[in-house]
Amino acid sequence: MSTAFMPLQLLQGDSGTIFYNGIVLTLELTALAGCIAFSVGALLAVLRATGSKIASGFVVAYVAYHRNIPLLVQILFWYFGITGLLPGAVQSWLNQHGGGFLCGAVAIGLCMAAYVSEDLRSGMRAISSGQVEAARAMGLSFIQTMRYVVIPQAVRHAIPSLVNEMLLLLKNTSLLMAIGVAELTYATRQIETQTFRTFEIFALATICYLAISFCIMFSGRALERYFKVAGR
Amino acid sequence: MIDIIQNYWLLLLVGQFPNGPLGGLAMTLILAVCGIGLAFPCSIVIALALTSPFKLLHTAAQSFVYIVRGLPLLMFIFWAYFALPALLGTSVPGVVTMLFALVIYESVYLAEVIRGGIQALPSGQTEAARAMGLTHMQTQRIVILPQVLYNVLPSILSQFISTIKETSLGYVISVNELTFAANQVNSILLTRPFDVYLLLAMIYFTLCFILTSCVRMLELRVERSRKSPREKNHER
Repeated sequence: MSTAFMPLQLLQGDSGTIFYNGIVLTLELTALAGCIAFSVGALLAVLRATGSKIASGFVVAYVAYHRNIPLLVQILFWYFGITGLLPGAVQSWLNQHGGGFLCGAVAIGLCMAAYVSEDLRSGMRAISSGQVEAARAMGLSFIQTMRYVVIPQAVRHAIPSLVNEMLLLLKNTSLLMAIGVAELTYATRQIETQTFRTFEIFALATICYLAISFCIMFSGRALERYFKVAGR
Repeated sequence: MIDIIQNYWLLLLVGQFPNGPLGGLAMTLILAVCGIGLAFPCSIVIALALTSPFKLLHTAAQSFVYIVRGLPLLMFIFWAYFALPALLGTSVPGVVTMLFALVIYESVYLAEVIRGGIQALPSGQTEAARAMGLTHMQTQRIVILPQVLYNVLPSILSQFISTIKETSLGYVISVNELTFAANQVNSILLTRPFDVYLLLAMIYFTLCFILTSCVRMLELRVERSRKSPREKNHER
C-alpha cells in the first residue's frame, strides 16, 4: 500500500461514488431546507407585521424556541422524539423512504426560518412607515401592501444577512450525520473507516465545503450589487 | 417526564462525576467558558490584523476568516480529532479536541464582532490619537480597544450563547457533555425518546433564554452609557 498523499485516487471506484452521492445529498438538503426556511421565514415576518398580539406572540415564541436550543438537539428531537409519536404506518413509511433526510431538512429549515424572519423584520424596520401608510391610502390591502411595497424592499435590505443564513444552513447540513443521513460529512467518515486514508479524504471534503461556501458568498455579493438601490 | 428528572438529574448535571469523568451540564458550561475565554485573545489579534494598515497582514487574516467561515464546525472537530494526536504523538482527550476546534471557530466569529466595533468608532479618534504622537499599536491599545471592547460586550455575550449551543456537537465525538448525557439517559430508558429530548431542549432553552435576556439588558446599558451628556439631557 502506498503511503503517498494522493487524494484524487479516492475519487475513483466505490469511495468515489459514496463521496459524489454525499455532495449531491448535501446540495439537495441545502436546497430543500433553504426553501422551507425562506418560505416559513417570510410567513413569520408577515405574521409579525400584522400587529395582531396573538400572531406576534406566536412568532416571538417561535423565534425564541429555535434560537435558544442547539440545532443538533432540535434535529435529535425531530428524528427520535417527534417521529416516535407518529402512527406506526407513517413511521414505517418514513423508515423506508429516508426519514432522516426529511426530518433533518424540516428541522434545519424550521430552525433557519426563525433567523430568516428576524432578518426580514430588521429589513422591514428600515422601511419608513410613511410608505405603508401611503400604500394603504392608495387603496392597497394589507396583503397587497406587503407584496408590492414592503417585502421587495425588505428583502433588498436583508440580502447580506440572508446570504449569511444560507451559508449557515449549508454548514448546518453537516449535523445530519448524527442521525445517519449520508451527506458529505457522513460520506467522508464512511470512506475514512473503509480506507484509513484520513487526511486525504478530509482534505477533499474540506475543499468541497469551501467551494460550495465560496459559491454562496460570491453569488451573494453579485446579488447585492444587482439589487443595489441607486443613491444608497 | 418528572420521573426522568428525579432519576437522572445527577447524570444530566455532572455526569458520573464523583465516580467517573465530569460530564453533563457542568461540562457543557466548562467547555463554553474555556472556549470563549481562550478565543477572546486570539480574536483580538485577528481583529487587529483585519483592520491593520499592513496589506499582507490584512490579506492573511481575511483569508483565514473566509476559510473558517466557509467550513462547518464539524469539519474542524474532525480535523482536530485526527490531526492533534498525529501531531502530538499521544492520545488527546475528547474535551481538548472539542476545545481546540471551538477556539479556532469562535475566535474568527468574535474577531468579526470586534472588527465591526472598531469600524463603528469615528475615525476622528484614530486621527486625533495619531496626531498626538501615539504609534499605531499604542492607539489601538490605549484609545481604540478599551472603547470597542466595552461597546461590543453584548455581542461577545451572545457569541458565548452560540458557543454553549455549539458544545452540543461534542456528542458526535463522544465528549461527555449535556447532549451526550441525555443520549445515555435515552439509551437506558429506550422507549421514551420524546420526553428525554424535550427535557434536553428545555434545559438548553432555559439556560440560553436567561442569557439572551441578559444580552438585551446589557445592550440597553451600553447604549445609554455611550450617549453623550447632551443627548441624555435631551432625553429628560
